[in-house]
Amino acid sequence: MGASRGPRLSGLQKQVLSLYRGFLRAARCKSAADRRQIESIVSAEFRRNSNQVDRKNFLYIEYLLRRGKKQLEQLQSPNTESLSQTKQS
Amino acid sequence: MQPRVACHAEALKIISKLQAFGDSITQADMLRSSFLRRGYNKVAGIFGRAEAKKQDFPVLEGHPAAQESAEVALESRVTVQDNVKKVMKEFRIYRWNPDRPDSKPFLQSYHVDLSECGPMVLDALQKIKAENDSSLSYRRSCREGICGSCAMNIGGTNTVACLKPIDGHTSKPTIIIPLPHMFVIKDLVVDLTNFYQQYKSIEPWLKTNMVPKDGREYRQSPADRKKLDGLYECILCACCTTSCPSYWWNPEEYLGPAALLHAYRWICDSRDELTEERLQALTEDERKLYRCRAIKNCTATCPKGLDPADAIHKMKTKHMLSQPMEMVEIM
Repeated sequence: MGASRGPRLSGLQKQVLSLYRGFLRAARCKSAADRRQIESIVSAEFRRNSNQVDRKNFLYIEYLLRRGKKQLEQLQSPNTESLSQTKQS
Repeated sequence: MQPRVACHAEALKIISKLQAFGDSITQADMLRSSFLRRGYNKVAGIFGRAEAKKQDFPVLEGHPAAQESAEVALESRVTVQDNVKKVMKEFRIYRWNPDRPDSKPFLQSYHVDLSECGPMVLDALQKIKAENDSSLSYRRSCREGICGSCAMNIGGTNTVACLKPIDGHTSKPTIIIPLPHMFVIKDLVVDLTNFYQQYKSIEPWLKTNMVPKDGREYRQSPADRKKLDGLYECILCACCTTSCPSYWWNPEEYLGPAALLHAYRWICDSRDELTEERLQALTEDERKLYRCRAIKNCTATCPKGLDPADAIHKMKTKHMLSQPMEMVEIM
């Protein structure tokens, strides 16, 4: 039934989606303004990588997953208030 | 901007004063040194060395004598360098940069002149980073084997680069790769989060209920202290843990030799009172401690010459002896 609703996802794709979900859930614990900011940054990052990274580049996707998990752990800590981004020149 | 201009003017004034001072005292020196200089040039001319072009040392401006000797020193340095034979050694180093997602990991060759390099592999890495390729990444701190930062796999063996002498055979390259079976962050830098987490899980601190007799510190007899020798020296470089096949297959479940060595360090400490509880925690399932299959790679590789396999074996024995005989038979 699950398969009929959308394309069948690979294990890696499921991991990426669950990481994204984790970020959205973590954002829910922050204040409203921070939450909006976190969500926009996170979705922009996921969107950017989904366009730029080759879907067969497993090595890099796995690296990004590990990095993302680490960042999520930091965000989940109650001491973390918000997320911000700096532009690389 | 005002103060800066003033500063500049002041500096100019000082320099001109210095020059005047230098001129006045070195008249005689000048005469003598120019005579020497001419003589030297004649001799040099005979031996076929062309007149070295006048070097400019801005720092020594107004000090002809110093300028003269600096020139001579530079010349002799060049001669020495010309005569010293270059010993080129090839290092092949693992490279991977996450900022370039499309590139695969590869071994990059660097040629280092060993006559100008320190004795250890870390010196070679420093030289490569300073002179050849500043984008090379690795961890280092103390350069004397006490921090454990520079752990990597050199020529097939896990070790800390600062304690590993460079192999003098220049015919074959030295291959340097990150610690095996660890996630690479960049080049030779690996992710040690799990390793540190496991160290944390053994609760590496003194746990006791008694109050010290003099109210200050917990004392221990020299014999008890001697039991800690060979354990407390561990610097957590992760060489042993990443060389252990059992750890390669079960990095999440099995604690690995380094964490277990530290566990034993607290178990055999005479001041620690929770010995039983510590053993209990390690052996509550057969994965944390008993995944050790006594392969002894850890002992073979330890750059500090410690014996984690022995510590693990003693813990197993201690646990077995505390069990009723029927339990031991099942195990």
